[in-house]
Amino acid sequence: MQVGVGLPSTIPGTHGQLIIEWACRADEGPFSSLGVLDRLVYDSYDPLITLGTVAAITHHVNLVTTIIVGPLHNTSLLAKTAASLDALSGGRLVLGLAVGARKEEYYASGVDYLLRGKRLSEQLSSLRSLWEEYHVGPKTTHPSGPELLVGGLSDQSYARMVRYTDGYVHGGGPPRAFARAADKAYAAWSDAGRPGKPQLWAQGYFALGDEIVIKAGYRYLKDYYAFTGPFAERIAAGLLTSPQAVAQFIRGYQDAGCDNLVLFPAVPELAQLDRLAGILHAQGMRRAG
Amino acid sequence: MKIVILGGGPAGLYSGLLIKKANPAYDITIIERNAADVTYGWGVVFSDRTLASFQRADNKTYEQITDHFVIWDNIDVYYRNQTISCGGHVISSISRKILLNILQNRCFELGIHLKFSCEINDLDELGDYDLLIAADGLNSIVRKQYESIFKPSLEYGKARYIWLGANKVLDAFTFIFRENEHGLFQVHSYPFNGTTSTFIIECDETSWLKAGLDQADEAQSLAYCQQLLADNLGGATLLSNNSKWISFPMLKTQHWHYKNIVLLGDAIHTAHFSIGSGTKLAMEDAIALSSALEQHANLENALNEYELERKPVVEIFQKAARESQSYFESLKRYMTLDPVQFTFNLLTRSGRITYDDLRLRDRRFGDMVDRWNTNKAISQPNAGHKSVVQTPTIVAPPPIFTTLTLRSVHLPNRIVFSPRSFCAAQNGLPAEAYANQLQNSACSGAGLVETEQVAISAQGRITPDTAGLYLSDHVEAWKCVIEFIHNHTRAKVAIQLNHAGRRGSTRSRTNGLDRSLQEGNWSLFSASSIPYSPSSQVPKEMNRADIDSVRNDFVLATQRAHKAGFDVLQLNFSQGYLLASFISPLTNYREDEYGGDLKHRMRFPLEIFDAVRTAWPQDKPISVTISASDCVKNGFEVDDAVTVAQMLKEHGCDIIAVALGQTTIDSEPAYGRGFLTPFSDKIRNEAGILTMVGGYLTTSDEVNTLIAAGRADLCILDPPQLSDLNWATPAS
Repeated sequence: MQVGVGLPSTIPGTHGQLIIEWACRADEGPFSSLGVLDRLVYDSYDPLITLGTVAAITHHVNLVTTIIVGPLHNTSLLAKTAASLDALSGGRLVLGLAVGARKEEYYASGVDYLLRGKRLSEQLSSLRSLWEEYHVGPKTTHPSGPELLVGGLSDQSYARMVRYTDGYVHGGGPPRAFARAADKAYAAWSDAGRPGKPQLWAQGYFALGDEIVIKAGYRYLKDYYAFTGPFAERIAAGLLTSPQAVAQFIRGYQDAGCDNLVLFPAVPELAQLDRLAGILHAQGMRRAG
Repeated sequence: MKIVILGGGPAGLYSGLLIKKANPAYDITIIERNAADVTYGWGVVFSDRTLASFQRADNKTYEQITDHFVIWDNIDVYYRNQTISCGGHVISSISRKILLNILQNRCFELGIHLKFSCEINDLDELGDYDLLIAADGLNSIVRKQYESIFKPSLEYGKARYIWLGANKVLDAFTFIFRENEHGLFQVHSYPFNGTTSTFIIECDETSWLKAGLDQADEAQSLAYCQQLLADNLGGATLLSNNSKWISFPMLKTQHWHYKNIVLLGDAIHTAHFSIGSGTKLAMEDAIALSSALEQHANLENALNEYELERKPVVEIFQKAARESQSYFESLKRYMTLDPVQFTFNLLTRSGRITYDDLRLRDRRFGDMVDRWNTNKAISQPNAGHKSVVQTPTIVAPPPIFTTLTLRSVHLPNRIVFSPRSFCAAQNGLPAEAYANQLQNSACSGAGLVETEQVAISAQGRITPDTAGLYLSDHVEAWKCVIEFIHNHTRAKVAIQLNHAGRRGSTRSRTNGLDRSLQEGNWSLFSASSIPYSPSSQVPKEMNRADIDSVRNDFVLATQRAHKAGFDVLQLNFSQGYLLASFISPLTNYREDEYGGDLKHRMRFPLEIFDAVRTAWPQDKPISVTISASDCVKNGFEVDDAVTVAQMLKEHGCDIIAVALGQTTIDSEPAYGRGFLTPFSDKIRNEAGILTMVGGYLTTSDEVNTLIAAGRADLCILDPPQLSDLNWATPAS
């Protein structure tokens, strides 16, 4: 399993310069990827613009969206942006898409919420063809385009994954929740007769430091997930706040078959990145390749 | 804080005493409609795990409850006039009346106001309160008053049951299965107070009506059951306590609290009595509610916490209870199973207890299951043990390592490997890497190795990389693979013969499914002219000549398969390929004799089967893969699959391979570990035919459980190590 780190691009008030520095430092390792999340109606940076910016100043890390709310985007424009990012970054883009969980974003962008699943399926089907047929250009690093992932909790998500994509992005939770999702993904993959295995991506949140830091982390998660109602408390309770918790979380995901785990910060300070790097080094984790 | 609790059952009393214990200053009133000493029902069951939480919550009542416990660890299953026993389960029970007494006394002691014989019909009668705890049972007036907010759903079971007692001492939880002229009756019975036992008698509606129990009063029902169970009661008498025949009400509720009102126990959820969890869940709700009230000063947060904590747990129990309930509702299908297998099947019905669990609980029972499976395997016709005198086996391997004989083909174990390749062939000729993969699979322990879909004609390929068996070169290539496997292992080899139909002419599945080729597409045909996906090529509707040529190609491929040395022939009637497109009503709009009802839609597939059966040697078996359901509304469903399996059985099919969905692009099966198992179970036991099943099984425990329970006969195993064989060097 590879471990990557998220950019603090969805934490309200984060300075642009911090994101740049975060990316530069993460590129030095031991992280294998830089992740971004997607929020429209929130004080956050656009995920693809963010990745495009950090693409220029990094050389090693993969650039991954876990996830983008696909149906909000025009498919041809998304294909173009993704192909550009892929080409500009030397094939480091990993594009994860899902329907998301917030109605308000569909209202805000004038996209029919009820048709979100259908739109995502059509989008996934088209993206690959647009890249392969070199229809929108530029030419992607790999002829079939960047690695494509899908997320979501419904049964349809796994059917979509196996029909259109290379793997699955899990939304978060304890390792046993991931293990159940992994079983579904593997079951769908083998049932459809696809060779090899699906690429399984997952994510978690961390805030490492004193009580003030941890409190700030909880505050951010409760705010970010306020739209889930009472579940925000639960999500916040999953925040990894000690080296022990991080190490066990990594171990749990590794044992459950995860290929790539992206740990997102809940506090936008460079010290967070250093502390996480320290834990990974101590666990003997290195970037592959 | 002023708290009113509606309902003086275990949930109401327990939540009251726990909250009062932590907050002596609170003013708590419990209102119960019955008198203090009136109780319905007999004994309630607990598992040892629950007890730990009782002890932490209130040690005093815990000690009193456990003092009155009847504890045992055996489950006895009386079936076909014999009893099979499995130990190690650790179950305890208590009289419901004593439980209520203990809880009531503790409430008095703590200073809770208890109002008995007080019927509330309108919530306004309750006066002021800061928190209303509704523990007023299944017919909760609180839930009914706020139905639009709590959003309950109530679903009644198909079976009828009556809750009785008996003055008989039982030494185990006892399941009794009895058939009489009216039908099948099952009994769940267990001891609870040293002199009396609970007897729940259940039957399907037909048996119930046939026995005239719909017309019977309490005394007549009692007399009927007394006679039915005379042998099991051995002189003891059944007792009634306002007992009636009812259908089990399965209650689920979307929201568990509203403003300062919270529900718990039977008022918000029920779970079928066969997993014995109603009282346990209600009392655990009470523990969760009181601890949430301790943790949060804000009531809204506390009630949120309580709901978040309990709802997922209750949902898991309800799912298991639902499975157990539907097991008892479909019990008829298992009445052909032998007692040992029947018992194993019963004990593993909910999916939570496996072969390994039962072995840990009772090694003697585990050995008995192993012996039964082995003796069954060696007593199969043609099993090749005729030369020796048949003596029952005493030392036996686990079910996974028992043999299976299909016609004259002996499979050394129950494992099937079906390796998936990145590139199986070029121009139909199996690639060397793929041949290695098959050989390595055979060497790594499988009893049967299955090829990927092999095309009967160039047109029948799924992708340009699909392997074929339509040229004489192909025969030679396959022959090498099979000779290697036969020479080096005991494994047998199955070939999956397929025509892709409208799913043909697509790209390799490395990047996705059903993507038309960029160039070099070949023309497709299908039952009707409907493309598989919006971007797929539109197939031509097959005419008479096409039908004849496909049949002919299947026969030629069958002859070649024999020449190549394959042991088992597997025809693919599933997942949207050519023959499946005839079977599903969603893809067959034909107006000739090959379309219409299921019998007509099966006509062409059965013609193929018959032609192939004639061409394939009589001593070699044929398997057919069918989709157990289209997983699309108005599509082919599992009951149709049972019918199809029966038709195939009549035509001489030896084993059904169970698949699911993919008939159309809209199919969205609920994937997960073992997701095909319920379908295999139903087809096997209702159509009475052997089945082969996959569905992401990765451990020997899953396989042992399936085989021993009679849910399948062969298992396609998908261990993670199998895909490593892709890269392994050729076996030597």
